[in-house]
Amino acid sequence: MSDPRFLSLEALTLAYGGSVAVDKLDLAVRRGELIALLGPSGCGKTTTMRAIAGLMEPAGGRIVLDGRDITRVPANKREIGLVFQSYALFPHMSVYDNVAFGLRLRRVEAGELDRRARAAIASVGLTGFEARVPKALSGGQQQRVALARSIVVEPRLLLLDEPLSNLDARLRLEMRSELRRLQRELGITMIYVTHDQAEALALADRIVVMRAGRIEQMGAPEEIYERPASGFVARFMGFENTFGLEGGRLTGSAGAVAYASAVPAGTRALAWRPQGIALGQGAYQGRVLGASYLGQTVEYLLDTSLGPIKAETPAAQTRYANGDTVPFDLPLATAAPLAQP
Amino acid sequence: MRSLGSVLLALVMLFLLGPFVVIVIAGLSSGETLAFPPPGLSLRWVAKVFEVESFRAAFGVSMLLGVGATLVALVLGVPAAYALDRYKVPGGEAVRSIVTAPIIVPGIIVGLALLRFLLVPLGLPVMLGLFLGHTALLIPYAVRIVSASLNNLRVDIEEAAILLGASRAGAFFRIVLPNIRSGIVAAFILGFVTSFNQVPVSLFLSGPGVTTLPIEMLSYMEFNYDPSVAALSALLALLSLAVVVVAERLLGLSRYV
Ligand SMILES: Nc1ncnc2c1ncn2[C@@H]1O[C@H](COP(=O)(O)OP(=O)(O)O)[C@@H](O)[C@H]1O
Ligand SMILES: [Mg+2]
Repeated sequence: MSDPRFLSLEALTLAYGGSVAVDKLDLAVRRGELIALLGPSGCGKTTTMRAIAGLMEPAGGRIVLDGRDITRVPANKREIGLVFQSYALFPHMSVYDNVAFGLRLRRVEAGELDRRARAAIASVGLTGFEARVPKALSGGQQQRVALARSIVVEPRLLLLDEPLSNLDARLRLEMRSELRRLQRELGITMIYVTHDQAEALALADRIVVMRAGRIEQMGAPEEIYERPASGFVARFMGFENTFGLEGGRLTGSAGAVAYASAVPAGTRALAWRPQGIALGQGAYQGRVLGASYLGQTVEYLLDTSLGPIKAETPAAQTRYANGDTVPFDLPLATAAPLAQP
Repeated sequence: MRSLGSVLLALVMLFLLGPFVVIVIAGLSSGETLAFPPPGLSLRWVAKVFEVESFRAAFGVSMLLGVGATLVALVLGVPAAYALDRYKVPGGEAVRSIVTAPIIVPGIIVGLALLRFLLVPLGLPVMLGLFLGHTALLIPYAVRIVSASLNNLRVDIEEAAILLGASRAGAFFRIVLPNIRSGIVAAFILGFVTSFNQVPVSLFLSGPGVTTLPIEMLSYMEFNYDPSVAALSALLALLSLAVVVVAERLLGLSRYV
C-alpha cells in the first residue's frame, strides 16, 4: 500500500497548439491514495487528467504508472478510468449495458460478467434501475452509473473530473461520503479534481493546489488549510485578508500600518480569515461599510487604513451599524505567515 | 386573428396537397386524355401503367439507382462527415464547403460536366454513368445530414468508450453509429427520394435503352397524352409515403426524436 511512486508525473508539459496549459508538472501519487487536485477554473486540472488518461499527448515529460513508462501507451490500453464532469454515459444503452460495456470488451465470461455488473450497480445503490436509459435518470443517478461503469473494470487508477459539480448541495454531500466509502472499500488509487476547497478538504488524503499550470502547494488537508504557503493558497483556503509585511509594517491596498508582533523568519506576508480578526478592541480602527447576517455569525466589511477588511464575529456578540467606527486587532495567533505574498 | 390563421393554414394545405389530389383524380380517369375534372372514374390507366414495358424497365433502373447510389453515398459520406467533425484538419472548412457544394450547384451543370468530361472521354457504360452521377449528387446530402447528427453527439462518450478499452474503430461502431442512426436513416430516405425524382442529371446521363423513370415519363408524354402518367405519378407518391412509413416502423425514427 505504501509504494510512494505508484503514479508519477515527471516534468509533464501539456500544450494546446503553442499555448502551454500545464508547465513541467511533477507529482507522485501513492498506491491507494486519494489525491485532490484543487485549483480555480482554467488552471489546467482537466488537461492534466486527460493527459494521464491518454486522451492528450504531452508536449514534454513522462508519465510512469506502477514502474512502467506509459507516456506513449494508447488510452485504451492504459487501464485508467475517468469519470467525466458530464458523466458521458452512452445514451443508447441501458444502465446495465453501460456498466457491462467494459466487461464485454474484455470478453469476460457471461456468468462472471453478470455477477460483476450487478455487484457494481449495487455498490452505487442503483439495483432495480438496470433497464433504465440514462435520459430517464436524475443527475445523481447518472453520476452513480458513470462511477459504476468505471470501477467495474477495476482500473489501476481512477480519475474523477469535478464529478459532483453538477449536483445540488445536499446530493453533493451524500455522494462525497459515498465516494470516500467506495474508495476505502476498493482500495483504489484516485485523483479527484475539484475547484471546491471544502470538497478537497473532506475527501483527500493529500491536496495538490494548482495555479496557472503549476503546483502551488501540496500537502495534507490540515497543512494546506492551516499553513498555506502563499497568498494564492491562503486566499483559496479562506484567508481573505492578506497583507504584505516588511520592516515591521503591514501593507494593504490603501496604505501601511505598524505591526509590532515578532513573526517567524522569512515571513513576507500575513493573512487572516474573517473569523481570525478580533473586533471590539485593539490597536487599529475601521469604519463599517456593510454587514451581512449569516445566521451563526455576522460578517462585516470594514474600511481601514490598510484597505477593506472582512471580519466575522458571532451573531450573539455586540452588533455594529454601517458608519460605526470599530476598534479591531490583527492577532498573530490567528494569522497565516506566508513566505510569498 | 384566429380565423385569419385558419384561413392561411387552409390555403397552405391547398397549395401543398392540391396538385397531389388533382393528379390522383386525373389518374383515376375513365377518359382517353389527361383532363381535370375527368369524365368518369376507373382503374384502367393504373392497370395500363403496369403493362407499359418501358415504364417497368425504367422503374427497375430508378430503384436500383435510388438504393445503390444512396448506399454508396452513405458509405462514403458518413466517414467523411465524421472526419470533418472530429478531426480539426487544417482547411477542414474548405473541404466541407466543397463536399457540400453540389447542393447549390444546379444538377444540370453537374450532369453536363459528368457527361462531357467523364463519361464520353472514358466511354463508360450508361448505367455506370448514371450511378456515378447520382452518387456524386447524393454525397452532399449524406454529409450534411450526418454532420448535423454528429454535431449533437458529445465527443466525450467516445472517449469514455476508449478509456474502457475500445479501439477508435470499436468506439465508432459501438457508440457513434448507433447514436447517429436516425440521421443515417433520414439521409437514406432523402437520398433515395432525391435520386428517384432526379431529372436534370439523369437527362444528360441516360442513354439508349437505359433511362430512369422520370425521364421515361417525360418522353412518354411527348407522344402520348393519356392519363397513365398521372396514374404513375400517384403510384410513385404512394410509394414515397410507404418508404417513410416502413422506415419509421422498422427503424423507429421517432425513438430518437
Ligand atoms: N481544447 C482546448 N484548446 C485550447 N485551449 C484549451 C483547451 N482546453 C483547455 N484549454 C486551455 O488550457 C487551460 C487549462 O484548461 P483546463 O485544463 O480545462 O482547466 P481546468 O480544468 O482547471 O478548469 C485553460 O487556459 C484553457 O483555456
Ligand atoms: Mg475542468
